[in-house]
Formats: sequence, structure tokens, C-alpha cells
Amino acid sequence: MASKLKNAQLDAKKALETVEDQFQMLQILNEQGEVVNEAAMPDLTDEQLQELMSRMVYTRILDQRSISLNRQGRLGFYAPTAGQEASQLASQFALEKEDFILPGYRDVPQIVWHGLPLSQAFLWSRGHFQGGQIPEGVNVAIPQIIIGAQYVQTAGVALGLKKRGAKAVAITYTGDGGTSQGDFYEGINFAGAFKAPAIFIIQNNRFAISTPVAKQSAAKTLAQKAVAAGIPGVQVDGMDPLAVYVATRDARERAINGEGPTLIETMTYRYGPHTMAGDDPTRYRTADLDNEWEKKDPLVRFRKFLENKGIWSEEKENEVIEKAKEDIKEAIKVADAAPKQKVTDLISIMHEDMPFNLKEQYEIYKEKESK
Amino acid sequence: MATREITYLEAVREAMSQEMRQNEDVFILGEDIGVYGGAFGVTRGMIEEFGPERVRNTPISEAAIAGAAIGAALTGMRPILELQFSDFITIAMDQMVNQAAKTRYMFGGKGKVPMVLRTPAGSGTGAAAQHSQSLEAWMAHIPGLKVVQPSTAYDVKGLLKAAMDDDNPVIFYEHKLLYKTSAEVPEEPYSIEIGKADIKREGTDVTVVATAIMVHKALEAAAQLEKEGISVEVIDPRTIVPLDKETIIDSVKKTGRLIVVHEAVRRGGIGGEIASMVAESEAFDYLDAPIKRLGGKEVPIPYNPNLEKAAIPQVPDILAAVRETVKYK
Ligand SMILES: Cc1ncc(C[n+]2csc(CCOP(=O)(O)OP(=O)(O)O)c2C)c(N)n1
Ligand SMILES: [Mg+2]
Repeated sequence: MASKLKNAQLDAKKALETVEDQFQMLQILNEQGEVVNEAAMPDLTDEQLQELMSRMVYTRILDQRSISLNRQGRLGFYAPTAGQEASQLASQFALEKEDFILPGYRDVPQIVWHGLPLSQAFLWSRGHFQGGQIPEGVNVAIPQIIIGAQYVQTAGVALGLKKRGAKAVAITYTGDGGTSQGDFYEGINFAGAFKAPAIFIIQNNRFAISTPVAKQSAAKTLAQKAVAAGIPGVQVDGMDPLAVYVATRDARERAINGEGPTLIETMTYRYGPHTMAGDDPTRYRTADLDNEWEKKDPLVRFRKFLENKGIWSEEKENEVIEKAKEDIKEAIKVADAAPKQKVTDLISIMHEDMPFNLKEQYEIYKEKESK
Repeated sequence: MATREITYLEAVREAMSQEMRQNEDVFILGEDIGVYGGAFGVTRGMIEEFGPERVRNTPISEAAIAGAAIGAALTGMRPILELQFSDFITIAMDQMVNQAAKTRYMFGGKGKVPMVLRTPAGSGTGAAAQHSQSLEAWMAHIPGLKVVQPSTAYDVKGLLKAAMDDDNPVIFYEHKLLYKTSAEVPEEPYSIEIGKADIKREGTDVTVVATAIMVHKALEAAAQLEKEGISVEVIDPRTIVPLDKETIIDSVKKTGRLIVVHEAVRRGGIGGEIASMVAESEAFDYLDAPIKRLGGKEVPIPYNPNLEKAAIPQVPDILAAVRETVKYK
């Protein structure tokens, strides 16, 4: 036995291939909305399935409206989400309210569905300080801008949950590009070493701005990066809401049972530009690739699946669309009504107690603003 | 030398391209610098000319970008690394501060690290708190690093040439708002000595030492003040390490008044160094007024455009500072 193992390790390439071969993409619903993996089917009620579909439809509308609001100058920073609804919303759907979300800049939908008022998401986009004032009981962080930083912080959130004996997890999101940061490795390794109840999601949407995932890493899958940290890793079809849901649910189960973190790679695609700040995807993506991925659309396949079950209709979908539009209109109104930010506001949100050096600045601006 | 008007951004690209055409050892590495041309378009067209080995589009790994540049430099290459935003230097900090800056010294003067870290800095583009900082004073504090901050298309080309020719690590700050400004720039390569200030405008009443974008604001203020009969001398140090003390001291001896302006947060900024340097020099006896420093407020750069402007010195602030300073006789 010992000598056999030794020989296996002599063929280091074989060892890698063996590991890589284990990472097969989990899919439950295929592109036609047919169940291809009955054994893995989650036990969701019709109402839950409808709710998940409603959220995806709603979020697609939110994306479209956010893009046009941004173009009109009525919204600030925005990173489009269309294409990633299953990856984002089905993972959030597997959470409980006590769980904490540490999102990246593209992950506004998850925190909105976790309880952040839409008006606040809009204020955050506009850089209004009230956008960052997360309401009590809504367990989310503001979206991270510095690639990878949320991964290490998640280890800390999870350690805190563990110490307090909470039956809850910390979940975080990064992209394929984010896996190249030191923080990515340090985060999963740190959480793994302490068996912290964390879920690390990589939304592999094939590109990091212009850089294709093949140029990001030699690894065949990003899920296999879990192996080095000694934690479970899963690759799922990120356009399949049921596969994403199941992988996250299982990871959560393990985490709260004290079995430590899981790394999940969701295979997905962003249809739109990287952000609304002047990116032109035609410079680095082909129309063929766009078309190939649009055929995998999460809404299309889930709609077919639900229609076949007889629990979804055009009427129902239109209701959701109307509701989304109304909510967005209302949320923009609320955001518009937020008070204009002043320099003194910014100074006073710097520290818990204003130190005297800032007080001097504060007084100068208070005086200026009163004129 | 034949010249033509080109932008600051084009001047950066031209300096690199000309160098790369004549020296195979020079190469660039950074995020999205390939077909995308970099976040600001500086390297656009370069991968087509030089290929993916010399314009190396990297994973999102600032620490590895800096570390790989050091390794390559130590073994004979002359890398130029581009950090997409200068704020991300935090992630490359160990490599720059504990490694690049000290490598030659720790090899007993035998190992050299000829590398240039190029990176866009500053606010004004609505890029918010983590994409708008001016952290050059940090780098200026580290023995072993040279720190360059060009303010014009002419200076940027000549200083980048000097930085690429330098056998030591050079931190090269480009200001985002200056990319689109233009000037007459020679077609041929030329070098501007690192450590030489430039008097951007001569004057007799007050010396304004300004860096990067503030050079332009100071010049604008100087033009207005001329109408009030106040003559302002504007000095651009161009490199903050090494700092051209002589030019600044000579100017203060002439004018008797000093104002330092930079975009970086005033506390701990390079303005403190310049002010103390003058106070310690023979120019002290010539001072007719207290030295003034203008710099950024002690807040992160706001996203809101009005507040973003309010966070850093603007022309009216310079006007007010000069008027106040010249009151002292
Ligand atoms: C430390 C750091 N480096 C670089 C950037 C600039 N940047 C912003 S988004 C991005 C690409 C990220 O790609 P990926 O992780 O795949 O996420 P996606 O945008 O595709 O969702 C880069 C390089 C940054 N924000 N932070
Ligand atoms: Mg990506």
C-alpha cells in the first residue's frame, strides 16, 4: 500500500489529473428546463419555486432599470447582473435571515433580497453615506470594491458566529478574477484551519473585465482550489437555479454542523458590460460566445420547468414585472428625498467619537455651511 | 528636435513604445493592459505591436505583479508594471517596501532592481474612496524608492524615459485628470533628470510649490493674481524623491513667502517635508510670512462630485492663501 502511494505521487501530473477529474459540474435542470439529475432535486414547495422565479424576474427588471437610470444620470456606480440571476439569487435563497452576506460590487441583488431596502442600494450606488447605513437586523455588508478583501473578512465573521454558538453562516462572493488575489487563498485557508462556518462563492462569469478565465489560472476548475485549503469544493451550473440552491444548502448544512467552509464555483456569464463606467465588451468577447451563453439563460430554463409543472404563467410573470417597476420607482423617490450630503456629514461619520483634530475641520465647515 | 502636440496619455505610451523598440529587455505587466488597453487606454495598441509576452496581461494579483517585476529585474529584465489604480499599491506594498526598496542594499550593493511602477492617482473622476487616493507620501518615506509625479505631457515623457533608464525602483505617479491634457512634445526620446524641479512660472511675491494636478490649479491662480498685481512663482518639484531643494530654497529667498499645495491629505503629506526643509534652510531668514500648506481634507475622497471637489484644494483656496500670505510685509 505504502509503495503504491509513493508511486502515485511520483506521477505528479497523474495526481493532478485525478483531482481535476473529480470536479464535474453539477447540473439539475438543463437548458430546456428538464430535470437531468432527479437524485439531486431539492425538496422545494411550489410556492418556494415560484418565489425563486419571481425574484429572478424581478432582478432582471431591476438590472434593466438600473442601467437606464445610470444612463440618465439618476444612479451612480452600477455593475450589471443579467445572466447571473441563478448564481446570485438561488445561493441567497438557501440562506436564513441570521446568515451574513459579504458581497462584491456586482452582488447588490443578494443583499436586497436579504433585506436591504432598494432605496438604500440606490443611495449606495450614488455614494450617499446613508446608503451604507445597514438597518439593524439586516445581516449584510456593503458591496466590496477591493477585489478579494471580502474573502478574508468572511473568515472573521464566521469565526465570530462560531464563537457565539450561532447556528448561522457567513457567505461571500467574488468573481473568477478574484481567485487570483492572495486574499482569496488566505480567506479560504484561514476559515478552513478553524472550521469556520463560511461559504465562499466564486461566480465564474468567464471574464475579469477583459481577461478571460483561462488567463487567470492554469487550474481546470476554480472549485478545485478548495483542495489546497483542505475544504470541500463544488462546481455547479450557475445558470441552473436548482443546482446553485442545492450546493449552497449543503454547504450551509455542513457549516452549521461544525464541518467548516465550502468553496462553490458557479459557471455563469454576465451579458452586459463590466460596469457602466465605459466598458465595451466587444473588445474582448465575441458575439458567438454571448449567444452561446444566452441560450443557457437561467430565467428561460426555470420558466420552462415551472410551466411544465403548471405553476407559472405569463400573467404571473407580468405581475412580477409590474411590481418590480413600481418598487423601483418608489425606491428612487425615497432615494431622491435623502438630504443633500454636506462636508460636515462626511467628517462626522469618520470616527465613533470625533477627535479634536476633526472637530477643528468640522467647525470650519459648519460655519461655511451655515452661510 | 521636431515636436508636435500630444496628450499626456499619448506621451506615456510613446515613451514606453520607443524604449521597447530599442530594448528587448523592457516589458510591461499589469491588469487588462492587453486588448483592453488598460483602464485608461494608456497601453492601447501596444499588445498588437509588441505581443503578449512583452505586454503581459496578468491575473488580478497586485502582489505578484510587483514581486514578479522584482524577480525579473534582479535577473536582467527591465519591467514596467502598471497598477490599474494607485490605491491598489496597498496590496503590492510588501513587495515594494520590504523588497524592491531594500533589495540592492541587502545584496551589498550588487543586486539591482531596475523597475518602474506606473500608476494613475488622484481624484476627480468620480471613482470614490478606494480608487481616488494620493498616497505618494507613503512611498516617499521609504529609503530606496524614487518617487516621480509629472504634471505635463512634456515632463511625463522625459521623466518616464529617465525612470526606465534608472537602475533603481521608481514609483511613477500619473494623474488621471492629466491624461487628456496636451503639450508640445518632441518626437525623439529625451530624458529629464530625476530630482530636478521646474519653475512653471516665474514670480517675485510668493513661491507656490505644487505637485501633479495642483501645478495647473496654481498656474490658474497665478494668472488671476497677476491682475491684482501679485506676482506668483510656481514651482513643480516633478520628483518628490529626490527633492530639488535648491530650486525651492532659491525661490523662497527671492519671494520671502511659501505656500505648498498638494492633493494628498494635508496631514502627513509631502507638504510638511517641503515646509520643514525650507524652515531648516538659509531661506528661513528671508521668510516674511508663515509658511502655508494646502492639502486634502481628513476624509476619504467622496463619490459625490461636489463633495469630491470640496475634499481637495481648488483654485479659490490657492487664491485665498496667496492673498493672506502677501499681507505680511
Ligand atoms: C485589488 C483590486 N485590483 C483591481 C481592481 C480593479 N478591478 C475591478 S473589477 C475587476 C475585475 C474583476 O473580475 P472578476 O473577479 O471576475 O469579477 P466580475 O467583475 O467578473 O464579476 C478589476 C480588475 C480592484 N477593484 N481591486
Ligand atoms: Mg468575472
